[in-house]
Formats: sequence, structure tokens, C-alpha cells
Amino acid sequence: MKYPEELFYSKSHEWVKLEGDCAWIGITDFAQDALGDLVYVNLPEVGDEVTAGETFADVESVKAVSDIYSPVTGTVAEINEALLDAPETINQSPYEAWLIKVEGVTDKEELLSAAAYQEIAEAEEK
Amino acid sequence: MEKKTPLYETHVKYGGRIVPFAGYLLPVQYETGVIAEHMAVRTACGLFDVSHMGEILCTGADAVENLNLLLANDFTQMYDGQARYSPMCNEQGGVVDDLIVYKLGENRYFIVVNACNKERDFAWMKEHGKGDVKFENISDQISQIALQGPLAKKILLKITEEEQLPRAYYSAKAGCMAGGVPCMISRTGYTGEAGYELYVEAGYAEKLWEILMEAGREEGLIPCGLGARDTLRLEAAMPLYGHEMDDTITPLEAGLSHFVKMEKGDFIGKAALEKAGEPRRIRIGLKVTGRGIIREECPVYAGDTQIGLTTSGTFAPYLKYPVAMALADRDYGNTGQILTAQVRGRMVEAQVVPLPFYKRAK
Repeated sequence: MKYPEELFYSKSHEWVKLEGDCAWIGITDFAQDALGDLVYVNLPEVGDEVTAGETFADVESVKAVSDIYSPVTGTVAEINEALLDAPETINQSPYEAWLIKVEGVTDKEELLSAAAYQEIAEAEEK
Repeated sequence: MEKKTPLYETHVKYGGRIVPFAGYLLPVQYETGVIAEHMAVRTACGLFDVSHMGEILCTGADAVENLNLLLANDFTQMYDGQARYSPMCNEQGGVVDDLIVYKLGENRYFIVVNACNKERDFAWMKEHGKGDVKFENISDQISQIALQGPLAKKILLKITEEEQLPRAYYSAKAGCMAGGVPCMISRTGYTGEAGYELYVEAGYAEKLWEILMEAGREEGLIPCGLGARDTLRLEAAMPLYGHEMDDTITPLEAGLSHFVKMEKGDFIGKAALEKAGEPRRIRIGLKVTGRGIIREECPVYAGDTQIGLTTSGTFAPYLKYPVAMALADRDYGNTGQILTAQVRGRMVEAQVVPLPFYKRAK
């Protein structure tokens, strides 16, 4: 299981890459592994507002559908459209397969470092 | 507290992701994942631990009369080793369980039932048994391993001889030796693919599993979990108890009329089925034409009118689109009919298609 140092994490298993007031959001290696083979991704539209702690997308594996929560508040500037046709990319490289790019980030939930998130993920695995 | 099958440690060793299911701790998938396991069964071969299933021995001079009274199918004409599927109905015509009966010999039958129902089935059979008949619940003594896929026969022939293998679909050979393990080999399965189910004494389960894994290595045999078992049976439109049928759904509604012999003598539930006549609701197949997966218990609509409820649904890995089955008003069950299902507050379009969704090339 990978936990890249340069990213921040939420307790609900999303990762965030922050750059100024921009944020890229995806789901963690732990999350994709727990969900299993993904077959659908439903993303918001460019221009939609996302709110920290609220759902903005869902992913479906063969087994179940799961909501994805935004760790930040802001406006959707870009969506990763390639995922709509190739959701398995998330299973293959979860930290490259960002779901959305958010601009004008005004608020963040309490984000975790890689080490702190790893501890939470490993505890959940047991 | 869930029970472990004799293969529990083996599943852990092979990287199985263990979940509770029907009172047992079983692997939902291995590291390969549901899709790879599903595809292995369609294109090569997969190995399943199905030891959670229940086994009941039915013996006595009145055994066949009891089976004919308890079950909707007809067990009068059977050869030794033959297997026959049947619903077991309650007085209202609903389904207590669906099961497979093997004729082992004169007055000797081996019944395989669903894990979640085995105690209830056993009690039901004992309660309704009449005359010279004995039911024994031997579930804890028997393990079942399913070898499923087009290469199943090739793999099995590495550890046993051709004459040990049952020839006809839905038949079995008892007293076989496979890789030095005594077992019963049955040409049955729950995947819609060619294959075998092997019944062994619990103490031999691990040995047989390892021998099969070794024998199938070159053929690409991989262990498969409950996840793939469910997607495989769904793609092949095989009904699952608690989904396509239960105490309140009749076998006729579930599309199992082929296994209900109304012309034979009396059986439990017959009067209710006769009285009900042609069912108003039937099991239908849906191919999702919208976006997303329609899973179980989604309301199904024709226009603004709810006409049914889905009973199972998933992404079908071999077909590469989502499918669902529903119990719906028969007027909307014609192939090509466009319906919608409500999924998490969103309407998803689907089209009625013939069942099964997938049928293997013969």
C-alpha cells in the first residue's frame, strides 16, 4: 500500500494535492483496494461548487457503490474525463487518477499527513 | 460467531479477503479481484470453496415418496448418480429453499441445500417426513469444492481417470478417487460454465484443494471468491435464494416452472400454486442501457408506474455491461420493453432482454 509524502489525506480515504488555491482530489490506494474493481465513476460538472465534508462524486465497483467526499470547499475547474471510460485507471494508479481539480479553495477539512493517514488506514484494515 | 470451513486457513494463505456470509467466514475475493476471477472461470478455470452449503442424507423405504411430497420436482424416475434440481415449497406456494437431490442408490438420496437455510430445511423435512424415512444433517462432515470453467475436465483428468468422471450434465459418480482423495464428483455448478463440484469428507478438503491448484497451474486455474460466484451466477441468470425467490415468491413467479411438476401427485404447495394460476408477476432480465449499476431492491418503473422491484443486479464482467433481474408485472416483461429503475434517487434506463444474459457456447 502506498502513501505518497507530498499529498494530504482525509479520514474518508481521499487524497488532496494542494497548489496555491488549487486542489486535485482522488481516492487513496487503500480506498481503491477496499472497493475492488471499479466499473463506473460519476463526476460533477465543471463550475459546480464542492463543499468540504460533502459528497461530490461516486464510484462503483462490481460489489458496491461508494460516495466520495470533498476535503475542500471551492469550484470544480476540471474533471478527469478519461476516467469515465476507464475507471480501472483508479485501481491501477490511484495517485495519478485525480477525479477533479478545484479552484478558489476557501475552506479545508482537517487534513492528515501521509504518516497519520497510514496509521488510520492500517488500523481499519484489521 | 461465524463458523470456518475446513479451508479457512487455506483461503488466508492464498490471500483471500475474508467476510462473513451465511454464518461462515469465506473469501469474497482473492488478490486477483472479482473481474479476473470471473474471467478465469469463463475462459480457463476457477476453484471455489462451497463448503458452507448444507448436505442432508435422506434414506428409508419411503424416501422417494417423501421427496415427491416435500419437493416440487418429480423424483420417481432416476438412475443412480443422477442429480435433480427442485424448489421446496411451503403451503402457500412460496419457496422454503431450492436444492439439488442426488440419487445415491435405492432408497438413498443426498440433498444439497443453501447454507443460510440448512437448519430450517432440515427441521422442515423432519417435520413433514412420513413413514419409513430418515433425514440426517451431515453438513459439518462434508466439504464441497467447485472446479468451474472450460478447462475443468482437462485439469481433473490429470488427477483422475476418464471413467471416474460423470458423463451427463446433472449426474455424479460416488466412490471416486481424485489425486488419492476419496470423493464424489458431480457435473454441476453455479456459474453457467462447464465444470464439476467435488464432495469430500471435511478432513480431506485441504488436500484436495492443494492437489487441484497444483494440477491446474498450467491451465491458469485461480481460486475464486463469493464475489465472482455471484457475478457468474447472475450473468448466467441462475436464481439465488433470498433474491429471486423466498417464502413469498413462488417458483412459477421465479421462472422455475420447468422444475414444478403439477401433473405428479400431491406435494406441499401444489394446491396454492394451482389456485394462484398463471402468475401476475414474473422474473425478468434487464440490460442496463443508462449509466450505472442497478442493484437489488430498486423499484422498476414503466413510465410513472412502478411495475416491479429488482432482485439482483451487478456489472457483468464477461458481457461488460450491467445486468439485473427483477420481479415485475408480466405485461411489461416482453423483450425490448424499455423500463427505468430508481437507483439512489436517480432514474436509470434498462431494456428487457431474454434470460439467461450469458449462455456458454456448446
